[in-house]
Amino acid sequence: MEYFLELLLGGLTRGSIYALIALGYTMVYGIIELINFAHGEIYMIGAFTGLIVAGLLTMLGFPGISILAIAITCAIIWAAAYGYTIEKVAYKPLRGAPRLSPLISAIGMSIFLQNYVMLAQTSDFLPFPELIPEFGFMSDFKTVMSSSELVIIVATVLSCIGLTLFIKFTKLGKAMRATAQNRKMAMLVGINVDMVISATFIIGSSLAAVGGVLIASHVGQINYFIGFIAGIKAFTAAVLGGIGSIPGAMLGALVLGLTEAFATGYVSSDYEDVFAFCLLVLILIFRPAGIMGKEKTQKV
Amino acid sequence: MSNETKTMNQQGFVESFLSAGSDSVAHAFKKSSIAAIWFVFLTFPIMVIKVNTIEKTVAWKWENMAYIALAIFFGSFVWRWLLAQKELKKDETKGETKVEALLTVIQTTPLIKFSLLCLIGVIAVVAPLKFTFLSSKFQIFDLYQTNIMVSCLVYVVLGLGLNIVVGLAGLLDLGYVAFYAVGAYAYALSNMHWGLGFWFALPLGAVLGTLLGVVLGFPVLRLRGDYLAIVTLGFGEIIRLVLENWGDITMGPSGISNISRPGFFGMKMTIVDSTIYMYYIMIGLVIFTIFCVNRLQNSRIGRAWLALREDEIACQAMGIDKMKTKLMAFALGATWAGMAGVVFAAKTTFINPASFTFWESAIILSIVVIGGMGSIRGVIVGAIILILVPEYLRDFAEFRMLLFGAIMVLVMVFRPQGLHQPWCHFHLRPTWSCHP
Amino acid sequence: MRKLHLIVLCLAMVAMLVACGEAEKKADESADVKTGETAAPAKIVLGVAGAHSGDLASYGLPSVNAAKLVAAKLNAAGGVNGAMVEVVAQDDQCKPELATNAATKMVSEEITIVLGHICSGATKAAMPIYLESKIVVISPSATNPPLTQSGDYPNFFRTIAPDDAQAALEVAFAKGLGLKKIAVIHDKGDYGKGFASFCKTYIEAEDGIEVVLFEGVTPGAVDYSAVVQKIKGSGADGVIFGGYHPEASKIVSGMRKKGVDFPFLSDDGVKDDTFIKVAGKYAEGVYATGPMDFSDNPIYQEAVAAHKAEFGSDPGPFFPEAYSAALALLTAVENAGSTDYDKVVEALHTQYVDTAVGKIKFDAKGDAEGVGFSVYQVRDGKYVEVK
Repeated sequence: MEYFLELLLGGLTRGSIYALIALGYTMVYGIIELINFAHGEIYMIGAFTGLIVAGLLTMLGFPGISILAIAITCAIIWAAAYGYTIEKVAYKPLRGAPRLSPLISAIGMSIFLQNYVMLAQTSDFLPFPELIPEFGFMSDFKTVMSSSELVIIVATVLSCIGLTLFIKFTKLGKAMRATAQNRKMAMLVGINVDMVISATFIIGSSLAAVGGVLIASHVGQINYFIGFIAGIKAFTAAVLGGIGSIPGAMLGALVLGLTEAFATGYVSSDYEDVFAFCLLVLILIFRPAGIMGKEKTQKV
Repeated sequence: MSNETKTMNQQGFVESFLSAGSDSVAHAFKKSSIAAIWFVFLTFPIMVIKVNTIEKTVAWKWENMAYIALAIFFGSFVWRWLLAQKELKKDETKGETKVEALLTVIQTTPLIKFSLLCLIGVIAVVAPLKFTFLSSKFQIFDLYQTNIMVSCLVYVVLGLGLNIVVGLAGLLDLGYVAFYAVGAYAYALSNMHWGLGFWFALPLGAVLGTLLGVVLGFPVLRLRGDYLAIVTLGFGEIIRLVLENWGDITMGPSGISNISRPGFFGMKMTIVDSTIYMYYIMIGLVIFTIFCVNRLQNSRIGRAWLALREDEIACQAMGIDKMKTKLMAFALGATWAGMAGVVFAAKTTFINPASFTFWESAIILSIVVIGGMGSIRGVIVGAIILILVPEYLRDFAEFRMLLFGAIMVLVMVFRPQGLHQPWCHFHLRPTWSCHP
Repeated sequence: MRKLHLIVLCLAMVAMLVACGEAEKKADESADVKTGETAAPAKIVLGVAGAHSGDLASYGLPSVNAAKLVAAKLNAAGGVNGAMVEVVAQDDQCKPELATNAATKMVSEEITIVLGHICSGATKAAMPIYLESKIVVISPSATNPPLTQSGDYPNFFRTIAPDDAQAALEVAFAKGLGLKKIAVIHDKGDYGKGFASFCKTYIEAEDGIEVVLFEGVTPGAVDYSAVVQKIKGSGADGVIFGGYHPEASKIVSGMRKKGVDFPFLSDDGVKDDTFIKVAGKYAEGVYATGPMDFSDNPIYQEAVAAHKAEFGSDPGPFFPEAYSAALALLTAVENAGSTDYDKVVEALHTQYVDTAVGKIKFDAKGDAEGVGFSVYQVRDGKYVEVK
């Protein structure tokens, strides 16, 4: 039983990690129906910015928790700037182009950003300082769940709730929903669609940056390639949950994380990804639009 | 007099170049300056600061900042100018440049067209051969060139195969590499265990590819668009992981080595000879593929694919069996991947699962899209660009992949339809046909 | 614009003509060399092949740096046989198909000595091409045993010991520690799984020690908590890990955080200072096998100092092996008096060379003699040899 609970917690952590990245994916997809392959790279750049800032601050002798706060803030600023710029450079000129063209542009962007960071920084793995402190009240549960895992789970839940409320109740959120439903109509009713899309990229990238710093701090190492696998998994999670739906991304990520954890725990980690993808195929066969996705009826 | 107009023209050009995409030259300068400042800010942490957290040292590389500012400042003029050119093109579709006019002449005059084709054919055939002409040695492709040409041709076949699925039938497949892997492993394993030769393995790979295409295609074709994409991606990964983990059969991650190269009536060949032989096999296979795809495209089933791509519901209303048509596209696409896999295994003589990652699928898809979806010539151009460019960029050493990524983005931004658009004017031609 | 393909074809033709021109020039040059009276060429080109981009670049790029440093050092001392050494890097991303491209590129450029490849798979794909073109290859990191033991490639040498020797030492050491139940974990890679399988075989052959868990983890996955739980649940009293340091540090820190503190043993993919840096305090106490201690070796110290001066950072994985390989290769060329294949191979087999990993020569199969393994343990942030 204890073994089961431990696996459950491990799976939840992993799921939350995927969820933080998947939220950005799903937002961008919801608005412009683009699989933003460069999203994983934004996550990586966020983590790198966090590392650089944290390194500088540590040297200047800042106290522990303020480093975390400033590093996350800077990571958000720069990741958002990258998200915004990538959209302007690589996707905006492609509005109205065939559907696959932005996808290829995104793949190219992803290759470019990976190599850019590799050349500008290093190809080697870098240690990432443990920015999340060990909480006193967690010391009894240390062997079951560490503080950083708790922080990640809490951050994911908070951003999911925050995002849902944001989309539901703010003006910008409403504009986003309108743009997602019908871009042309949104334009006609006076929504600045370009601005809405930029805002989506900025919010999605900020979430990825938060994820980048928290996850890197939990794992303790980064290099230029971390965005790739995280991106693929997050994308899978987003589709599993029904791409475009925010609670769906969260649910999909948790299902994916739990499947992987239990597959490892009870079968073999050799095949954890096989189980994850098989589950994906099965779910999509029976629910072709993902767990929470609504199937669009096509009109003629 | 003429000199003066020339300088005036030049001035006019310079001005239009500088002020492209903005109101005036001054405005353009302002825009470029803002872009430069923005990018300096953007690249500041990654390019300028290098922290060593262990030894607690920081290296500031301010010179990078200056390079970025300069590059962006001047680059942004070119960027805006190119974007403006693209917009212009959109407006006046009829405006042809001189090069295009020349190409139209070539295209429409059969004599020139065929003689050019023949010329290309002759060059392709003699390229890898070494011969002496008037006591000077003459060879167009050396071993390296021939080798990368073989790679390129393998990707042409893969691209043409995927083109059936993505370009014609409009099904986004991100796991195409699975069929490629199956072909390669089919040859490698049968060669290792039973000594099966290349020429027997080639049809075997094709058949296995088809079968797998049907098996994988059956459950997933109900899905639409990006859901199909992610499921095919999943299948691609599953196949790779099985190859990696099922060590007893597939030899696991250490791969299979010493796969025999194709034989030619039992002749013993050196590497150079067999690479050249491989090259001709691939030329043959490419021609065969082009022939088949061309015939398919203009056949009943090809039309059904195109119709399906354009509008699924209308297509069903016309009485086309959606399921069967899609499965057909999936299976036929997989056939070519299976064959290309066999050739790949024979060419490298060593395979391991690392060759069949998702990246490979992404590259093949990029070939199809960058070339121009649904166009055979486009796929050829795409393969040349995506496979040969990284090879020719070898001189740039570590900047190779950086440039490669940038080229992918630039091609898409400035030619979103792909480099070559298929000649399908649905509305303009009563006897509508798709010229490959 | 639909005629664009024709433009591209024209471009391709121009490229072909240029290539042809170049090829001719090259042929002329080589002809000059052959007919000319100067026996020694003006320069010796050392090809360096390996992963210089992609996910494994961090293992390949150090060898390029090493080759550049060796070349600079020898050139400063007047070159090899009076010829300057030039380093040409060829990227293979550790992919077999790109490895064959890199290899044929070397053949076409008439490079006769190659340092590389980094991954065993890529090496296996490229070796037939090198063998036929009589190119001598020394790898700093391809540890797959059959590369030398099969006897297929008399032109292949390596400055690192093969996996099986290392696994035997690892198992003997684990038994010496008194471990009874071992969890063997690997990274599903060529190197890691190969090493882990050898360990498993050797453990099963021994009495009083058994394998309780044999699993692969997915490299690059965000965390390994499930595997750690499984290790914990398996009743193991020790872990042997086959693979590289990024995964090792994630697993070790995961284990330690969950309060699992039994011995962690690994291979020389982990015996790298980056591991200690990345794993930090969790690295303490980890055992790793690695090449015999050469940290006192003056050549090694000089190489590291040169690397810091030239590139401003610590050298990466396989740097000492690559430095030694380049040194051994170029010294062999010097001893042989030319880059003639047979002479270079003979020189490699017969003459000892002082390198960064010690005084070495190569045995009949191509493995370096004098490169043995020791077991190290991380103590106070440093690898210390366990006697």
